[in-house]
Parts: sequence; structure tokens; C-alpha cells
Amino acid sequence: MPLAKRIIPCLDVDEGRVVKGVKFVNIRDAGDPVEVARMYDRQGADELAFLDITASSSNRETILHIVEAVANQVFIPLTVGGGVRTVDNIRSLLNVGADKISINTSAVERPEFIEEAAGRFGSQCIVVAVDARRVPDTNPPAWEVYTHGGRKPRGLDAVEWAKRMCDVGAGEILLTSMDRDGTKIGFDLELTRAVSSAVPVPVIASGGVGELSHLADGIEFGWADAVLAASIFHFGEYTIAQAKEHMKGRGIEVCEIIDEFE
Amino acid sequence: MSKVLVADFGTGNLHSVMTAIQVVSSGSEVEASRSARKIRMADRLILPGQGAIGTWMSELQDDNVRQAVNEAVRTKPVLGICLGLQALYEHSEEDGGVEGLKVLAGRVERFSDGLNDCGHRIKIPHMGWSKVHQTCQHPLWSGIPQDTRFYFVHSYFARSDRDSEVAAVADYGLEFTCAAARENLFAVQFHPEKSRRQGLRLLTNFLNWNGEV
Repeated sequence: MPLAKRIIPCLDVDEGRVVKGVKFVNIRDAGDPVEVARMYDRQGADELAFLDITASSSNRETILHIVEAVANQVFIPLTVGGGVRTVDNIRSLLNVGADKISINTSAVERPEFIEEAAGRFGSQCIVVAVDARRVPDTNPPAWEVYTHGGRKPRGLDAVEWAKRMCDVGAGEILLTSMDRDGTKIGFDLELTRAVSSAVPVPVIASGGVGELSHLADGIEFGWADAVLAASIFHFGEYTIAQAKEHMKGRGIEVCEIIDEFE
Repeated sequence: MSKVLVADFGTGNLHSVMTAIQVVSSGSEVEASRSARKIRMADRLILPGQGAIGTWMSELQDDNVRQAVNEAVRTKPVLGICLGLQALYEHSEEDGGVEGLKVLAGRVERFSDGLNDCGHRIKIPHMGWSKVHQTCQHPLWSGIPQDTRFYFVHSYFARSDRDSEVAAVADYGLEFTCAAARENLFAVQFHPEKSRRQGLRLLTNFLNWNGEV
């Protein structure tokens, strides 16, 4: 397939600053979301994801300003998530330049919200974020959906939940393994493959990337359509360009940056 | 000063299109509006759109607006983006079947489920960076290399009936028209406003275009 597999760096934003210790050597302020976004854009990121981890109502204005500032300078798709609960929240984000809105807790609490949102704005901009954790001692393996940043089990089967969300209008699934998140030992490939083969929409794999081979594994063995990572890019261990080079070496189609436009 | 009007038919990506156009539009006046009068007064028109085509076309139920758009696509440089391409064809399968503006010959169909070469599901929407294979020379391709990737997000595609109106094709399980051209009209399925510098280049080319091929 000639469609390139996407690499998506994710920025956690708290009180207007990028958190989780971004350490670029060649930008002035590694906590400034706009600077970080520009850096990733220059490196060849295919999209950017912003997760508003404060996500309290008083901070909604902050994330709007950030998205607007980034959208004015970076011409690649922007996905924004964290605390999105209403159609008005979505509209505000789209109006300042977000392209896709990621919804997690509110989808579980009110599944009809996804239908409403997709009906209003189109499935192409509604991403459902599924945070899943392995159910111990199950064979074949099973995963349960969690919300509230992975703290609250919801008694839902992750694969079935992802399918249901697509039925009501999700245009993409952002799938995070809570078991792997932060471990740097790679994606939960079984989970990724189970969801990716069950749903008709693209799946973004997330949680656990510690080296470049993990990204390629997510595509090759997890059958993901896109891979999301935070820390391996934030700490400057690897650039997006290196990740693409590695994936290309593994026979995966990637979108290469064309020098003549730089 | 050249006046650029971005048609605001109430769907999705208006902000992104406005921002990108403003970045490349030195010396042009850029405005978003759905007024028939403004569409008529503009020197060039952009028809953006994302979401559902039914909603988009319902904005054109106003005869005056519809007529203004119909005049524009025959008289001044017009750039359609995404739904702005699909709406130019005769008919779309989306939303239970919607009549288009019938400026271009062909129909808009949904991608069908299937498996790719690796035996994996072909995901719908087609979302991401695909190669755009130019099938003709055109001022809007100026400086853009053959097979450059642009960002796509769509579930429906145009099946053109007239080869002379195809400006580029892309491949997603099947080959489809991803850019169409006819006289003063150019339309793309992909999103130049979200396609890095190559996208901005295409928008610049549009602003510099006199509408002649």
C-alpha cells in the first residue's frame, strides 16, 4: 500500500507548558509548545498530538491559545485531546485550528456524545482514545477499558468497545496500552493487532515505545496505521527523521521530507 | 489588491484554510464569507470543505449563492478542496445520495472494504500522506515534484468520466482522481493547508494563477 505509515509525536501540556521533560538541545525553550511543535515539524512529523493533562475548565482557554499559536505556524494535522466533554468544546478547538479531537472519558460516560460529535463535525475529526489494560490470566488475552488517565476500570472489553465506537462514528482509534505506557519495552502488539484487525478505521498505537524498532514493530506486527510516541523524541534520543529512516529500512512506507521545500 | 474569497459553508477546516492562505497571500485581501455578493466580487474563490457533503450542499440551496458559485467556477480562478472537489461532480453516494454542481463529469463513491497486499484491512477513512501522481502539466503543479505526498482524509472519492479533467491520481486500494482541472477551475481531494511546504506551494501557485492553462 502506498499510504505512508504515520509517526505522531505527542505533547502533554499542563498549564500551557509541555511537560514530561522535553530536552531538545537546539531550541531555546523546550517547555514552549509552539517551539516544540515547530521542532517536530522541521524533523518531519506527520501529525502532532496535544494532550491537555490539566483539562480543568479554567484551563480550556490555555489550550485554545496554544492550538491557535501552533496552527498559525505548523501546517500539518493537529489532534487535541484532554477533557473534551461537549460539542462546544469541539467547536472551539476546531475554530482555532485543531483538525482532530481525541475523546476518552466522555465517550465512556456518554457514548451518544461520539455520535453527536461525528454527526456535527464529521467522523474524520473524531478520534476515540481507548486506554486498555490486560485482564490477568485470560486466554485468549483480553483487555479492559480504563478512563481518568488509566485510573478507573470501566468493565468494558477494549476490542468490543473500539468496534462500538466506530459504529457510532469514530473516524480513528488512539489505542494506548496502560500496561506498557512509560515502560519503554515496546507496544502491546497483541492488543494493537486485535483492535486494528477488528475495526474499519485507522488505529494509532501508543504506550511503551523506547527505541526505534518498537515503532516499526507496531506497524509490522501490530498492524497499526500510525504510531505515537513521546519520550523517545522529547529527550532527543532520536529524531523523527531517524525513526523514518529506520522504518524505511524495515520496508515500511513513510512520508519523506522533500529538501527542496525546506 | 486582489480579493480572495474563502467560501464559508459551515464545515470543518475553514480556519486551517484561512491561516494557510494568509501565510502565502502577500498583497491579497482574504475573507471568509457565504454571501453571494462577495462571491461575485472576489477575484478568486476557494471552496474548502470537510465533513459531510449533504451539509455542504444544503448551503447551496439558496439559489443566489448557488448561482454565484456556478458563475465563479466558469469565470474566475477557483480552487476546490476536499468536499470542494467532490461537490463539483454530478452526484455523490454520501448522505443517501446528493446531487452535485455538475461542473465536472463523474461521480463520487465510497471506498469499499477490502484487504491490502499484506492481507490487512483497508482502513476507511483514507487518512494520511499519499503520493499525488500528476497526469498533466498545470500552473498549480509548478515547482511540485511528481509523486509528492500530500495529506488526505476522506471516505469518498471522485471517479472522473472525462480524462481531460483529471490533473492527478492517487492510489488507495484503487486509483482515484485526487486533483481535477478544467479551464479556470482546479480542485484537490487532499488538504494543501495541512500538507507542509508543498501544500503552501500549491496555494501560492493558485494565488499567482491567472486562470489560464
